Amino acid sequence: MSLWRQLTRGLRRLGKGRRADDELDEEIRHYFDQVEAAGRERGLSPAQAHRAARVELGSPTVVREEVRSSGWEHAVSTFGADLRYAARRLRRDPAFTAVSVVTLAVGIGATMAIFGAVKTVLLEPLPYRQADRIVVVADTMNNGQPLNVTFGSYLELSSRSRAFEAIAPFKPWQPTIVGTADPERLTGERVGAQFFAAIGVSPSIGRDFEPDEDRPNGARVTILSDRLWHRRFAGDPSIVGRSITLDDSQYLVIGVMPPGFENVLTPSSELWAPLQYNTVFTPESREWGHHLRLLGRLREGVTIEAAKRELNEIADNPVPAFSRVPWALLSNGVNTTSLQADVTAGIRPALIAVLGGVLLLLVIACVNVTNLLLARGAQRHAELAMRVALGASRGRLFRQLLTESVALSLIGGALAIVVAGFAIGTLVALAPPELPRVGSIRLDRTLFALALTLATIVGTVVGLIPALQAARRQPQRGTQEGSRRTTRTHHATRRLLVVAEVAIALLLLTGAGLLLRSVQRVFAVPVGFDPSGLLTLQVQQAGPRYRLDEARYRFYTEALDAIRAVPGVSAAAFTSLMPLNGSVDVFGVHFQADGGAENDGAALRYAVTPDYFAAMGIPLRGGRLLDARDTSKAPRAVLINESYARSRFPDGDAIGQRLRFGPADGDWFSVVGIVGDVKQSSLDAGPSNAIYVAAQQWHWVDASMTAVLRGRDPASMVPAVRRAIWSIDKDVPIVRIATMDALVERAIADRRFALVLFETFGIAALILVTTGIYGVLSGSVTERKREIGVRAALGASPGEIVGFVVRDGLLLAAIGVVLGLGGAAVASRYLVTLLFEISPLDPVTYAVVVVLLLGASAFACSVPAYRAASIDPSVTLRSE
Amino acid sequence: MAVSKTDVVQGTLDLLILKTLSLEPMHGFGIAQRVEQISRGVFKVNPGSLFTALERLDRGGFLDADWRHTENARRAKYYTLTRAGRKRLDTHMADWRRRASAIERLLNAEV
Repeated sequence: MSLWRQLTRGLRRLGKGRRADDELDEEIRHYFDQVEAAGRERGLSPAQAHRAARVELGSPTVVREEVRSSGWEHAVSTFGADLRYAARRLRRDPAFTAVSVVTLAVGIGATMAIFGAVKTVLLEPLPYRQADRIVVVADTMNNGQPLNVTFGSYLELSSRSRAFEAIAPFKPWQPTIVGTADPERLTGERVGAQFFAAIGVSPSIGRDFEPDEDRPNGARVTILSDRLWHRRFAGDPSIVGRSITLDDSQYLVIGVMPPGFENVLTPSSELWAPLQYNTVFTPESREWGHHLRLLGRLREGVTIEAAKRELNEIADNPVPAFSRVPWALLSNGVNTTSLQADVTAGIRPALIAVLGGVLLLLVIACVNVTNLLLARGAQRHAELAMRVALGASRGRLFRQLLTESVALSLIGGALAIVVAGFAIGTLVALAPPELPRVGSIRLDRTLFALALTLATIVGTVVGLIPALQAARRQPQRGTQEGSRRTTRTHHATRRLLVVAEVAIALLLLTGAGLLLRSVQRVFAVPVGFDPSGLLTLQVQQAGPRYRLDEARYRFYTEALDAIRAVPGVSAAAFTSLMPLNGSVDVFGVHFQADGGAENDGAALRYAVTPDYFAAMGIPLRGGRLLDARDTSKAPRAVLINESYARSRFPDGDAIGQRLRFGPADGDWFSVVGIVGDVKQSSLDAGPSNAIYVAAQQWHWVDASMTAVLRGRDPASMVPAVRRAIWSIDKDVPIVRIATMDALVERAIADRRFALVLFETFGIAALILVTTGIYGVLSGSVTERKREIGVRAALGASPGEIVGFVVRDGLLLAAIGVVLGLGGAAVASRYLVTLLFEISPLDPVTYAVVVVLLLGASAFACSVPAYRAASIDPSVTLRSE
Repeated sequence: MAVSKTDVVQGTLDLLILKTLSLEPMHGFGIAQRVEQISRGVFKVNPGSLFTALERLDRGGFLDADWRHTENARRAKYYTLTRAGRKRLDTHMADWRRRASAIERLLNAEV
C-alpha cells in the first residue's frame, strides 16, 4: 500500500507538476498567513507581522524546495533537467563533442568486436549437447606434439578404457558423387559407428549408424548433411532409403543431419559413412597407419583429468591381448584434450593478447576524453562558479557534470555499435583459416549489453575526475579569477594523465613491434625450398580402373607429361606429402645398423616422382638424387634430410645405410643421398625427420598425390594445368589448388592476425597520445600566456621559449616512457607464445618504440611551442 | 544568552506529528502550534521539515489528507491519522518511552 502511494504520488508530481506544486504552495501560504495572523494578534502591524514571519520562517520558496526535493521523483526530474542541459552544452561545442564521441566509439567498438570474437571462439560452448564432455584423443610424437592414432591403438584404448560413453575414430573421405547432376567431389568423413553419439547430435531424418555397419564389407550406408541434402537432392525427404552413387559404388542413404550441424574439427564435411576397418590385421595393414583422429564423449562424472590418467595408464601398461607395433607403442603417452581446447588451441594466445591490446586502447581513449573534459572544465570555470554562487550544491554540480560525460559516452556507445559492425566484418576477413566458428561472430544482445555497460562505465570514469574537481573548486576564487587561469591541481591531473597515456601507448607499441619482428623472423626462416612461382594441386584417383599400382603410376607419369607441355611450366612433379599444406604422414623407421628388428623411430614419408627436388628447389647435400633408375624393379633407394642424417649418423656415414620404412617385413632401402631440411607442418617448428622414396618403389602407389609445378606466374596456369590433367582422365577430381606463397602465408596466419590488430591498435594509440600531449601543452600555453609574455618581456628569446615548452612536453613523455618500459617488460611476457626467435625484452624493439613515441611527442609539442614563441609580450601584458 | 527554542530532537518529529494528529485531524500550522504549545515553547517546528515529514508520512500511508475549510473560512489541508498511522504511533511511543527511561536511569545513576 505504501509503495503504491509512493509511486502514485511521485508520478502525480512528475506528470502534473504544476497542480501538485500549487497545492503545496497553498499549504505553505496558509502556514505563513497563520504565523502572520498570530503576529498581528500579538499587536504587530501587518508589515511588521509579515517581516517577523519571514525572519522566523525564511522564504516560502526555500520551504517548498525543501519539501519537493524529498521525493524520489525529484531525482528523476533533476536527471531530466541535467540531461537536457548536457545536450544543449554538447550541441554548443560540436568540435569537442565530435572528437570525444568518435574517440569513445572507436575504443568501445573495437573492444566489442574483439570481445565478440573471444566470446564466440573461446567462451561459448561448442554447439553440442554437454560439449564439455567431448574430448579429442591423439597419440604423441617424440617432441610431445599430438600425432594421429592408428586403428590398432584405437581398438586397444576403446576396449580397455572405462572413461567413455562413446568413442569413434574418423578420417577424411572425399568421394565423387555422380548421377542426377554434374559429378562432384564431396568432402566427408569415414567414421566409427559411435561418431554421432560421441558428438551428441542425431540425424534429424532417418537413423544413426548401426555397429554392424562398421565392419569390413558391411552395408554401404551414408548420412548426409542438411546442406548437401538441399544442394544435391532439393531437400526431398524420400532420399532416406534411396541409393546414391559414390566412387562407382551404391550407398544407401540412411539419414540426414539437422540443419546447422557442423563437425567443428572439419567444418566442410558434408557426408559420412562407416569406417569399416578390420579388427584382425597384420602389422603392414592400414590399420596400423597413423591417420585417424579420435573423438570421445566422456561418461557422466568422468573428468578430462581422470580420462587422461586412465588412458596414460593403459598406454604405459601393454597387455598381451592387444599387440602393438613399434611405431605405435604409445610410449610417449596419450594426448587427451577437450574438443574446445583442441579447436581453439592455435588461436587462443593470439586472441587473448589481442583482447589485452584492445583494452589498453580503450583505456587510452578514456584518458584522452578525460583530458578533453578537464580542458573544457577549465574553460567553464566561470559558468560553474556562477551556478554555485546561485545556490547549486556541490552534489548537484557533480551530478550534472557526470550526466554530461555519461551522455557523451552513451552517444559514443551508440556509434560504437556501428564501429563494431564494421570491425567484426574486418575481423572475419582477417581471421586465420584455423580460427574456428568465425562465421558465428556477430553483433548480438550480449554485445549490445556490453556496449551499454562499457559506455556507462566509461562515461562515469572519464567524468569522475573533471566533475570532482569542478565540484571541489571554491566559487569565490572562480568568479574572481574569471576564465583566465586555472588551479594548479587540475593542471597536475592532466599532466599525470598524459604520462599514463604515454606509458600505455608504449605497452601497445612494444607488443606491435615484437610481433612485427617475429613475423619478419618467421618469414626469414628458410623453408628449405624455393616457394616463389610454385603451384600445388591434389588429384584423387577413384574407381576400378585404378585398382592396380601400375595403372595408378601410369596415370601420374602421363599427367606429368601433359602438365610439362603446358606453356610456362618449367618443372613439375608429384609427391604424396606437400610441405606446409597441413598434412602429416609418418611411418616407423628401423636402421639395419641398430640391429634387432624393431623400428626405433619415425619419419615423414615423401613418396615422390624423381624430379620433385628440381621442381621444389630442394638442395642435394650429399650422394645422389632419386632419378629414372629408381623404378619398381630396381634396388630400393631413399634420401634422408640432413639434420636426420646428422643426428643419426654424426660421423657422416649416413650414405649407404640400410633401413626399413613402414611395414616391418618390407624391403630394405639404401640411403643414396642427403637433401636439405624442409619445413613440413609449420615455419616455426624445428627440423623433422624426413625420408624420400620414389613413388613406384614404395609399398604401394598412393591413390592421391599432389602435383607441384614451377612457372613464372603460377596462379594464371591453373586452367591450363587442370585441362592437361583432365586430358588423361576427365573424371579425376582436382582439389586443394594453392600457390606455395599462399600456403606459406597461411602458415603464419595466426601471428599475422595478431600483428595486424596490434599494429592498428598501436597506430590508434600513437594518434591519441599525440593529440593528448598536444591538447595539454596547447592548453597550458594558453593558460600561461601571461607568464610567457613576462618571460619574453624580460628577454627570453623565441628559441628559449620554444625549448621551454618542448622540454615541458617531452618531460611528460619521458616519464611516461620510463613507466611504460617497466610495464612492457612485464606485459610482453604474455606475448611469448606468439613471438618467434625474439626475446620479449628485445632491445631493438624497445629502442625503436621509445624513439617513435618521443618523436611523436616532440611533434605534438612543436605547434604549441611555436605558438608560445610568437606571443607578443606587449599584447598579453596589456590585456591584463 | 537567552534560552533558545530547541529544534525537534532528530527522529522524533514523526512521533510528535503522529501524537498530535491522534487527538484530532489538523492542518500543518495547527500541528506546529500544538507542538510548541504543549512543549511550552521548548520545541520549535521548522515548516520545511514539517511539510517534508508530512509528505513522507502521507506517502507511507500513515496519514490521509484532504482539503477542508477552517473556522475562519479558509481552505487548508487537514491531516488524519490512518489505522497504520495509529499502529506506528503505538510502536514509536513504546520505543521512545523505553529509550527515555533508560536515559533517565543513566542520568540519575549515582557514581
